[in-house]
Amino acid sequence: MTIEIIGISVLWLFLFGYVIVASIDFGAGFFNASTIVTKKNHIVNTVIQRYLSPVWEITNVFLVFFFVGMIGFFPKTAYYFGTVLLIPISISIILLALRGSYYAFGTYGTKGHKGYTIMYGVTGVLIPASLSTALIVSQGGFIRETATGGIELDYAALFTSPFAWSIVLLSLVSVLFISASFLAYYSSVAKDQGALTLFRRYTWIWSFPTIITALGIMIELRWHNPDHYQGMLSLWWLFVLSFVCFVWSLWLLKKRSYGWSFIFVVLQFALAFYAYGVSRYPYLLYPNLTIYDSFTNETMAYALITAFIFGFMLLIPSLYLVFKLFIMNKPYIQKG
Amino acid sequence: MESVELSRYLTMLTLSVHVIFATVGVGVPILIAIAHWLGLRNNDEHYILLAKRWARGYVISVAVGVVTGTAIALQLALLWPRFMEFAGQLVALPLFMETFAFFFEAIFLGIYLYTWDRFKNPKHHFYLLIPIVLGSAMSALFITSVNAFMNTPQGFTLVDGQLTNIQPLVAMFTPAMPTKVAHVLTSAYMTSAFILASIAAFHLWKGNRHEYHRKALALTMKVGLIFAIATALVGDLSGKFLAEYQPEKLAAAEWHFETEGEAPLVLYGVLTETNEVKYAIKIPYALSFLVHSNPTGVVTGLNDIPEEYHPPLEIHYFFDIMVTIGVFLPTLALVYWLGLHRNWALIKRRFFRLLLVASGPLAMIAIEAGWWFTEVGRQPWIMRDFMKTAEAATESSHVGIMFIAFAVLYLILMIGTAVVLIRMFKNNPVEKELEKEAIEQRSEAK
Repeated sequence: MTIEIIGISVLWLFLFGYVIVASIDFGAGFFNASTIVTKKNHIVNTVIQRYLSPVWEITNVFLVFFFVGMIGFFPKTAYYFGTVLLIPISISIILLALRGSYYAFGTYGTKGHKGYTIMYGVTGVLIPASLSTALIVSQGGFIRETATGGIELDYAALFTSPFAWSIVLLSLVSVLFISASFLAYYSSVAKDQGALTLFRRYTWIWSFPTIITALGIMIELRWHNPDHYQGMLSLWWLFVLSFVCFVWSLWLLKKRSYGWSFIFVVLQFALAFYAYGVSRYPYLLYPNLTIYDSFTNETMAYALITAFIFGFMLLIPSLYLVFKLFIMNKPYIQKG
Repeated sequence: MESVELSRYLTMLTLSVHVIFATVGVGVPILIAIAHWLGLRNNDEHYILLAKRWARGYVISVAVGVVTGTAIALQLALLWPRFMEFAGQLVALPLFMETFAFFFEAIFLGIYLYTWDRFKNPKHHFYLLIPIVLGSAMSALFITSVNAFMNTPQGFTLVDGQLTNIQPLVAMFTPAMPTKVAHVLTSAYMTSAFILASIAAFHLWKGNRHEYHRKALALTMKVGLIFAIATALVGDLSGKFLAEYQPEKLAAAEWHFETEGEAPLVLYGVLTETNEVKYAIKIPYALSFLVHSNPTGVVTGLNDIPEEYHPPLEIHYFFDIMVTIGVFLPTLALVYWLGLHRNWALIKRRFFRLLLVASGPLAMIAIEAGWWFTEVGRQPWIMRDFMKTAEAATESSHVGIMFIAFAVLYLILMIGTAVVLIRMFKNNPVEKELEKEAIEQRSEAK
C-alpha cells in the first residue's frame, strides 16, 4: 500500500464521516422546518433539539477536516478545485454560515423562533446540492480551458447535464433517508412514540427514491465516464452487498429494531461510498489530476500521518465521551 | 478592478469579521474558567452565574466564529489557489493540527454547556474547561504559525522552482512565530477581559448597583490589566523582531526614510505627497532605543529598500491606533485597580465608568488595526521573498459578485449576533436568574 493510498483513504473516511453526520443534521433541520408547516412540530421538536444541540459544531469540523487534509495531502487540488469552484463553494459557505448562525440564534438566543427554524431547514437542503458540485466536477467533463490558458467551470454543460442533476437529487434524498433512519432510532431510545411513528414513515418514504437514483447514476456513468463505469463493474459485488444491506435495514425497520436498522443504513452507504471511491482510482479530477501527480512531498505526508495518528488518539476518547453523554445516554435523551 | 485586488478585499473583509469572533473565542474561555473556579472555591453563586452567563453568550460568538472560520479556510483555496498549491506542501501540518485543536475544543464545549447539573462532584464539570482553554489556545498557536510562515518563510530549499529539503517543523517554528503567537494570545485574553468588563461597567453606569456587576468588573479589569501589560511587553519584542527580519514593515509603519542612528519615533501626523511628515510628534532617539535598547542604534530606512518592495505607507495610521489604545488600556485598568484599593471616588464617577464601557470596543479596534498593520505591511508579498500577492490570486472573473454576496452575509451575521445577544441578556437579567435559582434551591431543601 503506497502512502498516496493511505492519504486518500484517510480523506475518504472523513468525507464519509461528514456525509453521515451532516446528513443527520441537514435532514433533522428539514424535518423540523417541514413539520412547522404541517403543524406537527411539537411531535419532533424535542427529539431533534436534544440530539442536535451538543453536536452541531462537531459536524462542521468534519468538513473542515476533509478539505484541509485534501490540500495537505494533495496541494494541486487547491489550484484545480479552488479556481473552478469559486461560485458553487462560495454559495455553500454562505448557506453553511446562515445555517450555523441561525441554529445558534434559534437555540441559544430566541427560543422557538419560526423564521430561524425554517431558514435552518431550507439551507440544509440546499447545502448538499451545492456541495455535490465538487463531486460532479471531479467526474470530469465540466472544466474548459480559457483563452489565456487558465481553467474555468463550464456552467452551461453543468446545468444541462442529466448526470449532474441526478447526483444533486441523490444527495437530497439520501440526506433525508439517513436522517430519518437515525431519528427513528433516536426517538425509539427516547420512548417518544409520536416522533417514532413519524420518522419510521419518513424512512420508508425516502428509502426508495434513494436506491432508484443511485442505480440511475451508475447507468448514466456508462455514457458520462466509461472508464469509471468499467471500474464500477469490476467491483459489482460491493454494490450488491450494499443493496443487501439496504434491504436488510428495511427488514429491521419493519421488525422495529431501529438501532440495527440504522447501522445497516450506514453500512449500505459505506459500501457504496467506498466502492465508488475505489472505482475511480487513481483520479481525483478526471482526467487532469491523479492521486500520484498531485501528491505532496514525502516528508509532509509522513508528518501529516503522524499528526493524524496522535490527533486521533485524542479525538476517539473525546468522541466516545460525547457518545456516552448524549447519544447513548438514555436518561439524557428521555428527559426531554 | 482586477481579481487580485478584489481577492485582497474579500480576504480582508472575511478576516476582519472573523477576527472579532476568533479573539473572543480564544480569550473568553479563560475568563469563564477563572469565574467558575472562584465560584467553586469561595462557594459564591455570583461567580458561578458569571461563568454560566458568559458561557451562554460565548456560544453565540463561537457559532459565528465557526462559520466565518470555515469561510476563510475555504476562501484561501478559492481566492489564492496558486498560493495554497505551493504553500500546501509546506504548512499543511499546522493547518491540519489547527483543525484537531478546534475539534477538541468543540467537543468539550458541547459537553460543558449541556452538563451543568450532571456531575455529582461539581469540580468534574469545571475540569471540562481545561480542554476548552487549551484547545482554543492551541488553534490560535497553529494558525498564527501559518501566518508567521508567510512573513518569514523557511524550512525548505527552492531549486529551479522545485521544492527540496522540506522540514515541516522548521516551517512551523519560524522567527516570526514566537512573538506573533504570544502577541495574539495575550491580546486576545486582554480584549476578551475588557469586553466583559464593558458589559459590567455598562450596568453600573446605568445605575444598577448589584453586587454581581461589581464583582464582574473587578475581576475582568484585573485580568485585563495583567494581559494588557503582557501584550505591551510582547508588542515591544515584536517591534524588535520587525527591525531585524522585516525592516521594510517597521520603516513604513514609522515613516522612517533615512537609515540612521538616533532615530526618532514618529507618532501621528500626516504624510504629504512628497513623503514629508507633517503635524507629527517626534520623540528623539526613541525608535533607536525601542529597536536596539540603545539611543544611537542604526535603524534601516525605506530609502535603502527597493521601491517595488515598499509596503503602503498608510500602515502608519493602523500602527498608531494600535499603540495608542495599547497604552491607554493598561493605564485605565491601573487607575481603576488603584482606585479600588484606595477607595478613590473617581472610579465611581459616571464619566470614568463610560471610559470603562469604551474599553472593550477600543480593545477590539486595536485588534483590527494590528492585523491590518501586519497584513498590509507585508505587501507586495504573500510569502515574503518567494511569492507576490499578484501571482497567487485566482484567475476567476467572478470575485466581485462574491465580494458583494459575502458583504451582505457578514452584515446579516453581525446584526443578528448583536440582536440575539442583547435580547438574550436583557430579557433575563441577573436579578431574575438569581431569584429563580434561590427558589429552586429552597424547593430542593424541602
